[in-house]
Amino acid sequence: MPFLRKREPREPKKAKPRSLGRDAMRRLMKNRAAVAGGVILLVLFFAAIFADFVAPYSYTEGSVLDNYAGPSAAHPLGCDFMGRDMLSRLIYGARISLAAGLVGAFTAFIIGVTFGLISGFFGGKTDNIMMRFVDIMYAFPTLLLIILLMVFFKSSLSVSGVAAEGFRGTLSNIDRAMGGMFFIFLGIGITSWLGEARLVRGMTLSVRNTEYIEAARAIGVPRRRILFRHVLPNVLGPAIVAQALQIPGFILYEAFLSFIGLGVNPPTPSWGMMLSDGYIAMRSHFHLVLWPALAISITLFAFNFLGDGIRDAFDPRQTR
Amino acid sequence: MEKNVLLQVEGLVKHFPLRKGTFRRSKAAVRAVDGIDLFIREGETLGLVGESGCGKTTAGRSILRLLEPTAGRILFRSRRMAEAMSAGAEGVDVAKATPRQMHALRRDMQIIFQDPYSSLNPRMTVGAIVGEPLLVHNLARGSAREDRVLEVLTAVGLKAEHMKRYPHEFSGGQRQRIGIARALVLEPQLVVCDEPVSALDVSIQAQVLNLLEDLQREFGLTYLFVAHNLSVVKHISGRVAVMYLGRIVELASTERLFADPRHPYTEALVSAVPVPEPDITVERIILEGDVPSPVNPPPGCHFHPRCRYAIETCRTQAPTYRDLGEEHFVACHRSEELRLQPARSK
Repeated sequence: MPFLRKREPREPKKAKPRSLGRDAMRRLMKNRAAVAGGVILLVLFFAAIFADFVAPYSYTEGSVLDNYAGPSAAHPLGCDFMGRDMLSRLIYGARISLAAGLVGAFTAFIIGVTFGLISGFFGGKTDNIMMRFVDIMYAFPTLLLIILLMVFFKSSLSVSGVAAEGFRGTLSNIDRAMGGMFFIFLGIGITSWLGEARLVRGMTLSVRNTEYIEAARAIGVPRRRILFRHVLPNVLGPAIVAQALQIPGFILYEAFLSFIGLGVNPPTPSWGMMLSDGYIAMRSHFHLVLWPALAISITLFAFNFLGDGIRDAFDPRQTR
Repeated sequence: MEKNVLLQVEGLVKHFPLRKGTFRRSKAAVRAVDGIDLFIREGETLGLVGESGCGKTTAGRSILRLLEPTAGRILFRSRRMAEAMSAGAEGVDVAKATPRQMHALRRDMQIIFQDPYSSLNPRMTVGAIVGEPLLVHNLARGSAREDRVLEVLTAVGLKAEHMKRYPHEFSGGQRQRIGIARALVLEPQLVVCDEPVSALDVSIQAQVLNLLEDLQREFGLTYLFVAHNLSVVKHISGRVAVMYLGRIVELASTERLFADPRHPYTEALVSAVPVPEPDITVERIILEGDVPSPVNPPPGCHFHPRCRYAIETCRTQAPTYRDLGEEHFVACHRSEELRLQPARSK
């Protein structure tokens, strides 16, 4: 029978040391949705990093003749209200979105892990005070807080045209040099480490009570080494996964802020800003909102699939 | 302190305060260990038995100062501490040791845990787990450390190729061997075995018990063997201490304890040991009720609400813990008059 393939004699399995990370990688590669998400993201990252070579046109300059132009051979995705090539702007816009997602997650990760680890490991009064602080921060509505922060940054720090002085000036200069991205990072970073801190604290508490920590104490391992060699590595996996799952949220924050005009400075393209530029003419020129909206959706899907895949790979016992 | 006594525990108490309310004031305490006395001679195995929650694990951990004892003295004749070795010295009081002394003492007293799954760090290789004690005590580096780790792994029945693997690649019995290797790599004198076989399959239990006995002979180890399985304890220990609700109720050599129990609780425990002999029928004593809460233990003898021999004195006065002769210690008002039923034997 043709469909019965001859089975290859199985090679004797070599006893290779398998770390948990390598095991997780193997499981991740078996998850098709996650791999698809990963491939999409790789393409996006490639395009974003090499935007200068990939994008067919400049993102700042357009031709008046091409205002609102629909898709054509020269401009596959059409042009926006200023005749700028949509494809090029989308590609450059990926930089902002990905950067917002990654930097947001990274900042939240660093602050959250440090805070949670200290709080959980030292316990007692330290823990109590630190967690009450988190509780208070939690009471603010995140989005509102980000909006307020952005308004504050934009209005009081970036004095347009006038070179501000001192610390404020430095901040606003950095922000201007980054096309308005810096304050987005800052806003997201300040507000989004709380969940991570709580998670890491909880994990630390549970790891701290395991027998291998007790064994380490019985051996006479110094506290610092227990913290970094025994507790931290066991907390890191879930902490990373949690932040990977947060990335889509951060991308959405950026898009939203840019949409309401608190994000990047024009002419820096961001998907959220493209949406906001396009929605006025949405009825007659639907492509203006279609592409950036699609770009956001696909990116979010990709991150979600990959994030879920990573989570499942690290914890195969947990089923959805 | 006798010359060959390695560890002498006097009046060890461990209370866990219960904190409640906004200001976390301590209102009551769990009296996990409520004053125990025992000693262990060099090279012997002292079994410590009792039902769940009687404080036997807490006692073991307090002796190693993994838990801070509330009161009592833990005199330990550490091989490496000069003042402990001088003539007439009572040994180091572990309960009062400074952090620096404690660090040095840890080389001589180690612990083997019950759960072979949670007692090994999943992020470290076996080589790193067993080598860590050498690292933190600065005893061997590089290839010398590796050699030593390999030596210990071989002694517990593992192989060189296992060194680079991670704990999740091993079976329960193998993992327990890794835990034993970690405890032995520092060449300790005293090893507290905290229910080392309770989490293993019965077939593996025997292997690990035999290994522990072999290692004891080979390295001259002294064991404090905490367990709730009387058959296991009977097999491995030379002397047995029976705990009930934070106190030792009886302590005697294994033969005596089983042949001539002097405390009603021991009698009940001993009667529950199954004997693989269908013809033997001896009355099995079933204790009524539950173990009272260690937060407010009953007055007098802790055991009186469940004791079928209890008299008025038992309700009001705590019995003294005394030697009936030949190191048969017991804490019961009626030890001398009662004729209790010995263990069934083949």
